[in-house]
Parts: sequence; structure tokens; C-alpha cells
Amino acid sequence: MRQGFRRMATIVRKEWLHIIRDPRTLALVIVFPVMMLVLLGYAVANDVEDIPLAVADLSKTDASRLLVDKLTVSGFFMVTHSAQSEDQILEMLDAGTIKAGLYIPEGFGREVTTGGTGVVQFYIDGSNPTIAQTAQLAVETVSQSTSQEILVQRLERSGAGMTIHLPVDARVRYLYNPNLRKMNFLIPGLVAVILQVQTLLLTAFAIVREREQGTLEQLIVTPVRSWELMLGKILPYILVAFINVAMTVAVGAIWFGVEIAGSIALLAALSLIFLLGSLGLGVLISNVSRTQMQAMYMASFIMMPSFLLAGLLYPRENMPWVAYYAGYLLPVTYFLEIVRGIILKGAGFFTLWNWIWPMAVFSVVVFFASVFMFRKRL
Amino acid sequence: MEEIIKTQQLTKYYSKTKEAEPALARVDLTVKPGELYGLVGPDGAGKTTLLRILATVMEPSSGSAHLAELDVSKQPEEIRARLGYMPQAFSLYPDLSVLENLRFFADINGVPRERQKTRIDELLDFARLTDFTKRRSENLSGGMRKKLALACALVHEPEILLLDEPTTGVDPVSRRELWQLLTKVIHQGVTVLVSTPYMDEAERCKTVSILYRGRILITGSPNELEKQMPFRIVEVKARPRRILRAVADQTEGVLSWRAVGDRLRLSVTDSGQVLPDLEESLKREGANISVLREARIVMEDVFIHLVEKQEAQP
Repeated sequence: MRQGFRRMATIVRKEWLHIIRDPRTLALVIVFPVMMLVLLGYAVANDVEDIPLAVADLSKTDASRLLVDKLTVSGFFMVTHSAQSEDQILEMLDAGTIKAGLYIPEGFGREVTTGGTGVVQFYIDGSNPTIAQTAQLAVETVSQSTSQEILVQRLERSGAGMTIHLPVDARVRYLYNPNLRKMNFLIPGLVAVILQVQTLLLTAFAIVREREQGTLEQLIVTPVRSWELMLGKILPYILVAFINVAMTVAVGAIWFGVEIAGSIALLAALSLIFLLGSLGLGVLISNVSRTQMQAMYMASFIMMPSFLLAGLLYPRENMPWVAYYAGYLLPVTYFLEIVRGIILKGAGFFTLWNWIWPMAVFSVVVFFASVFMFRKRL
Repeated sequence: MEEIIKTQQLTKYYSKTKEAEPALARVDLTVKPGELYGLVGPDGAGKTTLLRILATVMEPSSGSAHLAELDVSKQPEEIRARLGYMPQAFSLYPDLSVLENLRFFADINGVPRERQKTRIDELLDFARLTDFTKRRSENLSGGMRKKLALACALVHEPEILLLDEPTTGVDPVSRRELWQLLTKVIHQGVTVLVSTPYMDEAERCKTVSILYRGRILITGSPNELEKQMPFRIVEVKARPRRILRAVADQTEGVLSWRAVGDRLRLSVTDSGQVLPDLEESLKREGANISVLREARIVMEDVFIHLVEKQEAQP
């Protein structure tokens, strides 16, 4: 056993030499995840706001101006163009210069002031469902509240000094992410997914490179045991990946303002378990691949689904059962919940236990799988 | 121990269908302790396969192989502790320096720290690499790489050393140097099994096996093998060469000939008779003879003879 640890330490030292012998790759390895986070953070976490809107206000009354004002004040829309007719709005939608258009007909003001229903036509570009749904929701809410306001005014004017109160007022309070910033939800998840990609890339070549290089043949005739080799290949990269964890979490907090509500020590400790499993998965891939090309393909086969199946963008609960259970096969699924839990809710060890133990089991299983699958033969 | 390496009916198929020709076919090989044993044969003869099986890097399809009375299939780890192996391809870490490579293989083979310092210095001196300890192995010349690989294979003082074509792709000076190193290793009591495609190198071995298409054609000391051959060799240099070749073709008693450098080597049944015949024919044709004599049979002649005999068989 003592001999075993000595041999493992020898492998660790050798791997470490490989890492620092290639400073250019090391720099990429350290910088790349941070760059990915910044880039993808903006791509993924942009809240829908300032949807470009064209307004054709043929009514030109107080009522029509109130409606347009309310739409812009909501923050969802920005009036970028004004139009004279419905056709003009449709043209602009076709050209893609606007995402929404509002047509207020000439008679709108008169209908409103005389107690009738002022009809307006709202056009939405439905090609991006996220923008379209947001726009629809916003325009419905805004028109309702405008209607309310106008109704109240009418009643107050006719009802001789009486004050009107709305009968029902439901108040909603958001816990954990009070401003409903999409950033807060997505950045921690993105950190987890980026680390998944990173760890696989770090170790997917660990064994197969030696195989292609011909050094494995020499290694086979040494007394090194399978577990010593596997652990020796993983450990140096734990340090590298841990730097990645620290840097991405820091960038999330400093750059994107996603503060860590929970314990940093807990986050670090659980990251370690994740890294062990995920780096181990890379080694396992490396083990069963005959060429670096094969390893690359197999690693991408795990990386791609981790973006979608782990629940980064869409909640896993709404997925069809195949996708839902496939998510459990990725270590990042557990880690994502843990990172979100700690950063967003300040969750503790016991709250997260349901995610911690499967991740730990996963890490151990993957490690032993790679130990048993490695054959000391060509 | 009568033999330190022993194989019995050792067979290796690469393709799973057993109809294909095997890479090794029922090879019986015996190496005595302390011997320098040469495995000669052309490319594709099965030398690498045989060495890989002996090095416990690959498993045989059938038959058995024992090193120091340990079974390669059942006791690979015990064998590995007593074995030094140098694969044909460069198999050291290119981004590590000479010293780092040596240290790595010393550590991983469990050479105690106290012993390491002296052992590594010894090997650096032995391989004349002392001035290059800091150089990355990828920046070494071909010959130096081979010497470093040899040093790494020897770092844990193995009893048995297996070398797969250590001199392939190495310049003649480095080749000589490598063989001198091997002689030193033998003097230290190590058993060395070395493969080579070069017949001249086979002469340096105590015992030689010629391997051809997965089979051992013949085994013995180079001297013995050369004596066993049922022909003599005559060496001729004469100009113009066109006439020399024509005469060689026509003279009775010449079994075959081949060009070596600027002269022809003729295999003949009886040199006493062929020599005067040749001289007469050449003179008659007006050729200018500068060399005409009986020469010693070398391994190359043995090899060519055996292979031609094999090819002639259906």
C-alpha cells in the first residue's frame, strides 16, 4: 500500500510536469472557462426588455397617449418608430426592424371618452416565442391597468366625490431572487455546466494520449496498479479545475453581481466531490477510447446534453421522462442544483442532501469503473 | 535454472477469425540465463509480437511463455518487476527532460531513493548522457533517444532485458555504441533478448533465431548456423559488371548470386571447382578481375538461403 501511494505520487508529479511544461495550454485552461462564462452569461441571461415597437397613433388623444406611455414605462417596450398606417407597421415587421406594432385607430379617443370600448390592434412578431410571450403578457397587463385607470376616472367623475377601491389586491413576494433577475438563476447554473465541459476536456485524453504516444506500452511493464494510475491522472487536474471553480464563481459574483448567499466552504467541499466524479468520467472515456479523436467524440456526447438536460435553461420537471431520467446520468445535474441552492438560497448541507449523496455515489462509481476497466495490456 | 525465457507452441492471431495467417505460429524459444539472444527477421516476421507477449504487454492466443519460471498470462506483475523492456517506438515522455524521465521510471519501478542517485548517475555515465540531463527528450537525436530509453529500461536493475529493434533508424556510429552498451549489460549478468532486422547485428549474438512469417526457421550460434549451410560463398569483383553478371548466370555450380556493394556474392556448391571456372570464363570474355576468392558465410547468406528455401515450398 505504501508502495502504491508512492507510485501514485510519481504519476501525479509526472502529470504535473506535463501541465506546467505547456504554459500556453495552461493559460487557455485557466482563462477559457471565465471567458465562456462572460460570453454565455450575456447570451443566456438577457431579460426581455425594450422590445422595439412601432406606433401608429391616428387618434392623437389623451387616452391614446396614456396607453403608449404606459407601454413604454413598463420597460418592456421602446417606441423606435412611428407609423401612419397598419400597412406600414406590417412592412416594418416583415423587415424585422421592429418586433411589435401598435395601431390606434382614429375613433379610439372618442369611444373611450363616450363610454364605449376603444379597440386597438397590437401586432407581435411570433418567430421568437420568448419575446412574443413576454410582449403578449406585457401588452395585456398594460391594457388592463389602463382600462382600470380610465374606469376609475369615469366612476369618480360621475360618483360625486366618492373614492373607488379595487375589490381584490393580491400581493406577491418573490423569495430568493426578489428582482426576478434571470442572471441570478442562470449564472450559477452556467458555472456548473461550464465546469462539466472543462473537466471532461481536462481528462478525456489522459490515458488515450499515452496510448497514441506509445508511452502506455512502457507504463504497462512497470509495477504501477490501475487505481494508482487513475488517481494519479485525476488528482493534478483537481487543482486546475478547482482554480476554474473559484474563478468562475468569482466572476459570477463580481461581474454579474450574483452574490453567494450560502457557505463558500460548503460550495468548495461539494465542488471537490463533483470534480472527482467529472474528471473521473473523463478518464473513463479516455480508458475506453483507442484514439484521441474517439475520446473527443465521446466527451462531446456528454457535454452537449449537459447544457439542456441538466436543467440549465428549462426546468427538468417539465421534460418528457426520457430526458428527465437521462439527466440523472450526468454529474452536472446534481451539481447544478447544489450550486444554485448554495448561491441563490443559501441552502445548507442537509437541505441539499438529496443532491449530494447521488453525486457522491456517482463519483465513486465512475472512479471504480475506470479502475476496473483499465487493462494493463495493449 | 536451465532457461530464463521459455515459450512453448506460442501462437498469436490478431484477427478473430482463425483462418487468417497467425502473427506467431507455434513458436518454441529457449533463452539461457546471461545470454545475448538475437531475434532476426524481416519486417512483419512477428518479432514485435513475440517481444510484446514476453514483456506481458500483450496476451498470446495459445501456447505458453515463461520468464524466470513465471507465466506471462498468470503472473504478469511478478515478471514486470524483473523485466526491462524497450519498445520499438520511442516511448518516453517527450516533454520531460532526460533526468525527469529517468527519475520517473526509477520512482514508478520502486527504486529506493538512496539507490536512485547512484544508479541514475551510473546510467547517465554509461549512456554518455551526463551532459544532456536537462534537455527534453523530444530534442534528443535518434541515437540519444535510444540510449535514454535503454537507460530507463535498466534503471531498476532488471534480470531480463527485452529490446525491440533498438538500432532501427539510428546512424551507424550510434548503432555501434548501442551494441557496445549491450555488451556491457551482458557482462553485468543480465539476459538480453534483442530483435533486429539487420543480419550483421545477429553476428554479435551468442544465439540467434531467424523468424520468418511467424515461424522460427532456425536457431543456433551464428558460427554453427554458418557451418550448417550446404553451400560456399565466392566473392567476385570484375569489370564490366554486365559480363560478370552474365558469367555468374552461366557458370555451372553457382546456386544464386546477389550484389553487395561493388561486388557479387555467389553461393556455390563447391568453391574448389567453381573458382577456376569463373576465372577462366571471365578472362575469356575480356573482363578485368580485381577480386575473386572464397568468402566467409555470414548471417545474411544464411537468412537469404533459408527464406528462398521457404518461398520455394508450396
